[in-house]
Amino acid sequence: MTSQQSERTAGHSRAAAATTLITGVRCYGEGEPVNLLLRDGVIAEIGAQVRDADAEVLAADGLIALPGFVDLHTHLREPGREDTETIATGSAAAALGGYTAVFAMANTDPVADNAVVVEHVWRRGREVGLVDVHPVGAVTVGLAGQKLAELGTMAASAAGVRMFSDDGHCVADPLVMRRALEYSKALDVVIAQHAEEPRLTVGAQAHEGERAARLGLAGWPAAAEEAIVARDCLLAQHLSARLHVCHVSTAGTADVLAWAKQRAGGAGISAEVTPHHLLLTDERLASYDPVNKVNPPLRASTDVARLRTALAEGVIDCVATDHAPHAPQDKDCEWAAARPGMLGLQTALSVVVHTMVRSGLLDWRGVARVMSERPAEIAGLPDQGRPIAVGEPANLVLVDPEATWTVRGAELASIAENTPYEGMDLPARVVCTVLRGRVTAHEGRIRP
Amino acid sequence: MRHLLSAEGLDLAAATAVLDTADSLKQALLGREVRKLPTLRGRTVVTMFYENSTRTRVSFEVAGKWMSADVVNVSASGSSVGKGESLRDTALTLSAVGADCVIVRHPASGAAHRLAGWLDGTGTCVVNAGDGTHEHPTQALLDAATLRDRLGELAGRRVAIVGDVLHSRVARSNVHLLTTLGAEVVLVAPPTLLPVGVDTWPVTVSHHLDAELPSLDAVMLLRVQAERMHGGFFPSAKEYSLAYGLNQARLRLLPEHAVVLHPGPMLRGMEIASAVADSPRAAITDQVRNGVHVRMAVLYHLLAGEEAVA
Amino acid sequence: MAPRERGATDPAGERELLTAGDVARTVARMAHQIIEKTALGAPSASKVVLLGIPTRGAPLARRLAAHIAEFSGVDVPTGTLDVTLYRDDLRRRPNRPLETTTLPAGGVDNRLVVLVDDVLFSGRTIRAALDALRDHGRPNAVQLAVLVDRGHRELPIRADYVGKNVPTARSEEVAVLLAETDGRDGVLLRRGPSREVTS
Repeated sequence: MTSQQSERTAGHSRAAAATTLITGVRCYGEGEPVNLLLRDGVIAEIGAQVRDADAEVLAADGLIALPGFVDLHTHLREPGREDTETIATGSAAAALGGYTAVFAMANTDPVADNAVVVEHVWRRGREVGLVDVHPVGAVTVGLAGQKLAELGTMAASAAGVRMFSDDGHCVADPLVMRRALEYSKALDVVIAQHAEEPRLTVGAQAHEGERAARLGLAGWPAAAEEAIVARDCLLAQHLSARLHVCHVSTAGTADVLAWAKQRAGGAGISAEVTPHHLLLTDERLASYDPVNKVNPPLRASTDVARLRTALAEGVIDCVATDHAPHAPQDKDCEWAAARPGMLGLQTALSVVVHTMVRSGLLDWRGVARVMSERPAEIAGLPDQGRPIAVGEPANLVLVDPEATWTVRGAELASIAENTPYEGMDLPARVVCTVLRGRVTAHEGRIRP
Repeated sequence: MRHLLSAEGLDLAAATAVLDTADSLKQALLGREVRKLPTLRGRTVVTMFYENSTRTRVSFEVAGKWMSADVVNVSASGSSVGKGESLRDTALTLSAVGADCVIVRHPASGAAHRLAGWLDGTGTCVVNAGDGTHEHPTQALLDAATLRDRLGELAGRRVAIVGDVLHSRVARSNVHLLTTLGAEVVLVAPPTLLPVGVDTWPVTVSHHLDAELPSLDAVMLLRVQAERMHGGFFPSAKEYSLAYGLNQARLRLLPEHAVVLHPGPMLRGMEIASAVADSPRAAITDQVRNGVHVRMAVLYHLLAGEEAVA
Repeated sequence: MAPRERGATDPAGERELLTAGDVARTVARMAHQIIEKTALGAPSASKVVLLGIPTRGAPLARRLAAHIAEFSGVDVPTGTLDVTLYRDDLRRRPNRPLETTTLPAGGVDNRLVVLVDDVLFSGRTIRAALDALRDHGRPNAVQLAVLVDRGHRELPIRADYVGKNVPTARSEEVAVLLAETDGRDGVLLRRGPSREVTS
């Protein structure tokens, strides 16, 4: 038995220790309430009359069961900035947010551009055990955009890296991007691009539009994203390679994606949108409060409207948080000096419900699709985003659709507090998260 | 008035009050041997400049001193600012040592707004002496004071702002203040030096200076900074000067009464011909002189009134 | 508005101390006193300048000058002296607009300056005026003319010419009305805000 196998087995056996009976829950918010019996990490029985005298009972009347969420885009900051987030605190935030798997971006310090770092992240995730932490490997050495990192070694490591990204930086050189897309084909992994043409965003501080111009904030033009997305789609299709577009932020990108997907019959190209780009706009700039500074920047209301319909139509495949903790000193400063990024793991569901469900654009099955099923497919996770059915892995989230809660950064599990939703009342609440049959979060508390 | 952060935040009444006070102060000091008023005795004014600007800093310093305030100058190189202390900590320190007013120049747009937020409740007021490419409200006030001297009331007057509007805090502040005072503003610049969305501003836009000159009551030239000349915003300094520089031939296209303004420092031969800068039509030294009175008026409005209930 | 009988108190707590006729007679009498005390017209006398303190001191100074010209044939130059920037109570009151200071062509050096104000109360306005005057030059002497002296001095200041002495409570308000600024002449005594009626 290799060390890799033994560790995975250990993780599974620990998670499968309990038998749990969830009662009175409506799967996908549809049909009559049923009971779910979880045993040995899988869904053992489903039915209105299912009972088990030895099981821990979770009364879930009025709640909705969805497959556990999968976040393709999160920053856990370990190693390097453990003052803002660790794999332990980030995992807690993920579990409380309804996630059963997260992808930890590579822009750590040191950068996750080698097997040592990605294995460390993967191993720490297993030790914490609240959520499956999948490290994302860097596409290029040091995120410098010049020399390919050892993608094959990282893919073959214990961490089994499935996704590579220089997120925070664009793989801007078209030849380097071509090589990355081409090389990745042999590894069955996906290249996730942070689409930002760097020559068009020198010194950029905010969405290039009327508001930023009045406030004297250097513009980040939509075309700087759209041009890279168009280029990369053409390259990926030319090479029959897989491309994932990170944090789509503009209406124009949605149009480019619609065109590219229709052209290729949808194969190979996927895209994500963040909750904040579904809700917030550059109106937020007026206060100059850097809690609203993020990359790509908050866009115009027309972009927000298009991103919502694109997500509903499947032009954009999924929601990813781009959860980005930052220390107070990196936010409580002048706008230009602040670091971009905002917390997202614990608010994602509520923002999706607020923007997509309450507006009638998505039903609960749609939420399952964009927050669990599609991201699991894109990353190639066989045991996540599965149907709620007998024999399937018991990765579940129970949601109270009628709840309303007030966001307080200080109450979130992350070390950092940089939520742009501070003080806002948001709908829907994660009541319980189940990872392979084991409850990881319940009623706002972690179950380690 | 609690702070002076932007010209956009000044309504007609507030702007007129400051300009009228500046006029009164100018009269009060006219021909006097002792150019010192006791008005702000015992008040401490700190200038905090993160960018070099001798002219603006000295203007504020003189304004404070003529009103008997204690003026302390903090420069980014000679203090903990240079050691990487955050803007917030520096501001709170200055407030704690008793600064009644912090006058800040900073390369980041919005720095003065942030400062005002951090100093909320401390009783220390903030004057924006230029934040990034956002605003420079006292420059707009002194420009308006100078135009009022020469033209009388500004309502209905037509003022062109020529040059690098995109990167100019002077332009932004002037657009707000001049339109608040009822003037009509026309921005004249190559498209590369105009902000995105300028069509939503309360101005008209032109790329042809010659066509605008005959209808103007004033023309305000903006400095073309060296880094723009090499930034590809226009092909060459020569071509810019040919299209947008105010030379003597263009001066003749202006009406007799029209005033020429420049916030300085000037690039003679580039945006303004030397002979134009020195002509009686140019009010450039008046601008500098009015700068002191306007800044005295701002300090008066911020510091002399009833103490804010903190 | 029909002139009320002098001394009558209306329901709002307002009493007329001087009628328009009283104001006219009082100003004329003060003009005579200034002519007499300054030995106006005498070859050895200092040249007199009347400086009114805005708002109502300014028209009072002009009225006094007109009477002086009428009674003595001497044209006395007048001006205004705004003392706002010299006040020591700026931070206790809302921000106030500045008034103009206009000195006569000859300035104040070596002149006998008569400061003119409507009401003398704490004396702080006059202290501010003396400070302001010092920044404008060096008069030979400074005198003070007020239409009403209502007492309650806080500084060792007294007037050389007083139109009427009025005993008041500190909480009361003395309002001088002049045609130039208020549309009619008169002096009113108003009850102050009830919370301050303690002295």
